[in-house]
Amino acid sequence: MSAALDLRRVGHAYFGQSVLKGIDLTIAPGEVVALVGPSGSGKSTIAQIAAGLTEPREGRIARSYTRHAMVFQEPRLLPWATARQNIRFALRRSGLPRREWEERVAGAAALAEFDAADLGKYPVELSGGMRQRVAIARALVVEPDFVFFDEPFTALDVALKRRMQDLVIAASRAARFAALFITHDVTEAIRIAHRIAVLDLRGQGIAGTRSLPGEPGTREENFCFILRQRYLAEDPLFRHIHDVDERRRP
Amino acid sequence: MVAAFIRDRADRLLHFLWSGWAGVAALALLAAAWQAGHERWGGFILPDPLVTVRTAWTLALSPDAQAVLWLTGARALAGFALAAAAGVLIGIAAGYAPAVMRLARPLLTVILGVPPIAWIVLAMMWFGTNGTTVAVVILISATPVVFVSAAEAIATRDRGLDDMAEVFGHGLFGRFWHVDLRQAAAPLFPALALALGTAFKVAVMAEMLANAGGIGGALARARAMLDVPEALAWVLLAVVALLVVEYGLIRPFQGEVERWRRAAQPWGVKR
Repeated sequence: MSAALDLRRVGHAYFGQSVLKGIDLTIAPGEVVALVGPSGSGKSTIAQIAAGLTEPREGRIARSYTRHAMVFQEPRLLPWATARQNIRFALRRSGLPRREWEERVAGAAALAEFDAADLGKYPVELSGGMRQRVAIARALVVEPDFVFFDEPFTALDVALKRRMQDLVIAASRAARFAALFITHDVTEAIRIAHRIAVLDLRGQGIAGTRSLPGEPGTREENFCFILRQRYLAEDPLFRHIHDVDERRRP
Repeated sequence: MVAAFIRDRADRLLHFLWSGWAGVAALALLAAAWQAGHERWGGFILPDPLVTVRTAWTLALSPDAQAVLWLTGARALAGFALAAAAGVLIGIAAGYAPAVMRLARPLLTVILGVPPIAWIVLAMMWFGTNGTTVAVVILISATPVVFVSAAEAIATRDRGLDDMAEVFGHGLFGRFWHVDLRQAAAPLFPALALALGTAFKVAVMAEMLANAGGIGGALARARAMLDVPEALAWVLLAVVALLVVEYGLIRPFQGEVERWRRAAQPWGVKR
């Protein structure tokens, strides 16, 4: 089976300064890969390049999925449109027949556990968590077979974060989409992914990957916690994960 | 669906009319100050406000004066339409292309530096004393404010929304139409209202100096005859005409586009 997404020797530079070099990453259909790395290592840039928002300076990208969607760190909702119109915005260019839109919007809102009674509200009337639910519904409504998550839950509090993670796990199991999940939270990566890829401290390639046992959603909390401790304490791959060098950020 | 639409509009209209009380209070204050001035300095300097209103009312009912009002109103609107179109088009181009912005900025400074009165003189010599002169002077005086706000609005747009739209398959035109233009609308409306006010003021001034009829011409005649109540009555009518156009044309449009801002306001402080 061919890969859903294949990055080969991808590199990028901002203003002549190389931020990414020699990135090789392959994601199989239905596989959720969490990409972790320290702050400022270029994780988000990889997501942008993989999703086609940024043209890489070098390298090759092969996409064999049919339709992608993205959930950003901020909800990025249109402030002048209601939740319903925001979700519908993704459908406009999807080629799906218009008469199915209403039904699909309702379905996606239910998947994202967004109350149908709030669909007529504007983003300003919604809480941060509800806005992110709308953003997730907007991504799921086009029934993508590949979803990019760019640190989607960083701004949420711990309890809400956990519920959102469960929601993504359930959605990925139900819809069988492949995903590239960018995060700097190792626990989040362990809960959500089939495989963890660790980005090099300076963006000079993928330092290594770790396959996680079992399916996401079936792992016990305790197991996730112990695995996290082991990764951070013993695994050299994760040694620099909490290093922060703000000056290097583009 | 239709019932909800009508209910929503009716709700907003009632809110708007209710907010009119504040406006009425402000106008009553102005009228009181006017009356006090009239009693202090006498009818020649400042005529009785009631007499002025009555004169204005008589004028508004006479067909001749209505024709004068229509003439000035049409000229101001034509000039405003030109200025709005030019300002928005060049402004959007400048917002997307920094090179256009850099070229347009100094030109604007030069244009703004020339006093409007000089433009009137020049336009009179170029086009003669007619409506074209008025429209051209409005175009020159009202375009910069629209241009600057359109350019700023596009240049400072939320690029995150553009990226989002691109992910979901929207091309250049889709992003412009559905995302950037809607974002630019918010700062653009106050600028358009300002441009409309400028259009009316400049229209009256240009008419007076170019002797091109309209309200400006009527004002010139009132001045020649030292008829202060009539002059003030014309001023009153010009202001009313501006208010009618602004609240009949620009504000409803703005209300439609900015419906979501109202939703953000808690109960009791809706303005």
